Amino acid sequence: MSRLFSLFLSLCVTVGVLAACSSNSSEAGTAGEAKKHVETVALTFVTHDSFAISEGVFEAFFDQTGIRVEVLTSGDVGSLVAQTILSADNPVGDVIFGVDNTFMQRVLDRSILEPYETSELVNVPERFQLDSTHRLIPIDYGDVCVNYWIDALDGPPPESIMDLVLPEFAGSLVVQSPETSSPGMAFLLATIAGTPDWEQFWAQLKANDVAVANSWESAYYGDFIAGGGSRPMVVSYASSPVAEVIYADPPVDVPPTGVLLDSCFRQVEFAGILQGTAHPNEARSLIDFLLSPVFQNQIPMNMFMYPVSQKAELPAEFVQHSQLAKSPLSLEPAEIEAKRKEWTERWVEIVLG
Amino acid sequence: MANGAKISGWPRFFLRAPTAILTAVPVVFLGLFFFYPVLTILATALNQGWDGFADIAKSPRARGALWFTAWQATASTALTLFVGLAGAALIARTSGRTGAWYKALVTVPFVLPTIVVGGAFKELFERLNSTFGLPDLNHTAIAVVIAHSFFNFAVVARTVGVFWSGLDHRLEEQARTLGNTTTQVFWRVTVPRLKPAIFAAAVITFLFSFTSFGVVLVLGGLRQATIETEIYRHAIIRGDMASSATLALIQVVAVLVLVLVNSTLEQRANVTSRMARSSIAPLGARTKTGITCFTLIFLGTPLFLMIERSLSVGRGYGLQHYRALFVKVPQLPTTAVDALRNSITYGVIATFIALMIGIVCAMAIVTRHNVVSRFFDLGAMLPLGVSAVTVGFGILIALDEAPFDWRTRWWIVPIAHALVAVPFVVRSVVPMLRRIHPSLREAAALLGASPSRIRRQIDLPLITRGIAVAAGFAFAISLGEFGATSFLPRRADTLTAPQAVFRLLGTPGDLLRGQAMALSVVLAAVVAVAVIASEMFSSDIADRSRTKSPVGS
Repeated sequence: MSRLFSLFLSLCVTVGVLAACSSNSSEAGTAGEAKKHVETVALTFVTHDSFAISEGVFEAFFDQTGIRVEVLTSGDVGSLVAQTILSADNPVGDVIFGVDNTFMQRVLDRSILEPYETSELVNVPERFQLDSTHRLIPIDYGDVCVNYWIDALDGPPPESIMDLVLPEFAGSLVVQSPETSSPGMAFLLATIAGTPDWEQFWAQLKANDVAVANSWESAYYGDFIAGGGSRPMVVSYASSPVAEVIYADPPVDVPPTGVLLDSCFRQVEFAGILQGTAHPNEARSLIDFLLSPVFQNQIPMNMFMYPVSQKAELPAEFVQHSQLAKSPLSLEPAEIEAKRKEWTERWVEIVLG
Repeated sequence: MANGAKISGWPRFFLRAPTAILTAVPVVFLGLFFFYPVLTILATALNQGWDGFADIAKSPRARGALWFTAWQATASTALTLFVGLAGAALIARTSGRTGAWYKALVTVPFVLPTIVVGGAFKELFERLNSTFGLPDLNHTAIAVVIAHSFFNFAVVARTVGVFWSGLDHRLEEQARTLGNTTTQVFWRVTVPRLKPAIFAAAVITFLFSFTSFGVVLVLGGLRQATIETEIYRHAIIRGDMASSATLALIQVVAVLVLVLVNSTLEQRANVTSRMARSSIAPLGARTKTGITCFTLIFLGTPLFLMIERSLSVGRGYGLQHYRALFVKVPQLPTTAVDALRNSITYGVIATFIALMIGIVCAMAIVTRHNVVSRFFDLGAMLPLGVSAVTVGFGILIALDEAPFDWRTRWWIVPIAHALVAVPFVVRSVVPMLRRIHPSLREAAALLGASPSRIRRQIDLPLITRGIAVAAGFAFAISLGEFGATSFLPRRADTLTAPQAVFRLLGTPGDLLRGQAMALSVVLAAVVAVAVIASEMFSSDIADRSRTKSPVGS
């Protein structure tokens, strides 16, 4: 088999040489570029896999400031938070985006972010500024609420969260597990904040034949009627009906789904500057940019969230088809982090036990 | 190096030196990209305290997860062996174009999105429930076991099938002439000689089921927690790295024990059998149709459902969703076609790396002494048995400083894919290498064949088929890989196709879902084409050498 071995050896050598060459040339390339624009700084923007923004947005930032932004994405919000904490000694990037109010305390408990009280916050309502230390800066928000397929309901849609346990909605709702899904967690928090006795509520919901899926995807596309399932109600977002119009096939004028506004838990997403960044000033400029209308206006159609800035304008589709809860449910981030384990374990006992 | 082959032309020194260097390649590769990261993350997490151990040991839920993980993996392996052997019987007897198509069909499940497969099985179970009154299996352990045998069917069918076709079938003929029934011949003569391949396929299936994540969550529902899902829950949802690492450690130890037991059994089962130049007894027409239909229904249903959904447009059918793959949607940082191109590039690189590392490991396992052999066996199998969270986070914190500051490089993704693919390559090639009887080489040498000719005309054609199987697996594994990739920080433009599918399914709307289905269909087609091409290529080589072969009948 020596022939095979020598074949592999030569392959290894070739690959090694090629790799060495390519890395040399790319290093030479960046060195050359660096000489050309000495002032160019590249920032690494770390976020979750749901992050999306139109092409040209970060290019506009570059034209303004000469700062390049490289986006790195990694998993869902939970895995983003875990990664950020794990790599705190040697962060992957300069700016992090996508930590929400259900996970924020876990980040704030550790010293991994630089405070930055940006002047742009004057345009952001107080209710979104959940971190008084200004390490987490609010960028966008949305509501996690029960959605229903209008035509699939026999009677009128539910009006309050307590209606979900009524016999006419038996076998109608699918939720996500708070142990594996972030909308699932948000809905559990909604019930804790919005019902007189959440444990009893879930016991009643279980008796009313609630289905539990592990993720938003398997709930919406597996059990909910939109994806061929049989259940007319699902835990999703307040902005989901907008997407149901924009991505409808065949096209529709009005959304096929509605939102139970009494069940909405408010989610706020934050950005922050990672401690140890070599470019703190540039990172601050990027935070300011995230709160500027150029970025804020792009949030709805890309991420189906709402901009926090009062200066931002909502696209027509959102104005027309989306409703937000007037008084959304919420809980203190510190309380969420402290009681997450206890609540989810209790939930498992009640719903799955 | 090869047992029995006398080195005449080359001075031994030159042969030994490259051998040592070559053997070092997998050691360095696995050491750097697997063992170092995994040990780093375990050490870091456990340094925070060993309280996790006590908590986990006391937790009935963790013990339940361990028990469920072990028994569902055992049951999945048993069921997969049962159904897969039927597929293997067919593969052993089908060559040429039909054979290649069949092999492509069985390999495709590796790249099908779990949500789609889960949905298809759910529908199937509901239909069986409403039409035939069978119990609804959705969200039960049985559903998990069935889905695992869906994904691993190819592992058994192809690993055993290719080995089977190479057996000397005159033994069966003799047994039949002596008055044994077909069933007796199968159990007493064929199965014992298939054991090396059966063990190889079984250990892959077991490890795959042992660490499976998506399938368990989608089909098992929430009561069926495994060690893998518990690791995820502790690390990601709870942010409790210590208890997550404890679970990861338990997983590693369990996998180590299992692989050791397997390699002992495999070495005992090893029988070098004569190479086949005889033809295998054909299957009865009814058996053949039965197996084909079963495979088509079992493996084809989710695929069919996916194709149907990818073509349904508005109120009719059309190709709009496929055309949409070229247009960028806000949910993706690139177009779906770009993601597909990334996936194919990564697939090619990962296949190349996995073949290189895997074949060297396989040779070391087969030809080295017991200890070294075991070492390579364990080292090459572990990546399949370790949680994606552990590997992904390990790379994140271990490969973070010069000269190894690689965690955000694009090529770390195909390397992570290759890690998962190496065990498939090793287990496809080892049984093929093991059975090359030394006397065959000696006979060839006596007849005047030079060592290089022996290697070219005996070793290579025999393992070529195994390599083709391995290449197909490695490519499919890379194209379908989701877990480890998602735990690595990646640049937006390095999006892979499975991640694009996942993101498209992350926003409501039939247009996005249609596009996700279309992308999945194209991904499946790419794997099918790759498998067919590698089959054609390998049977070409094998045929060419067979016609020139100086040995055999």
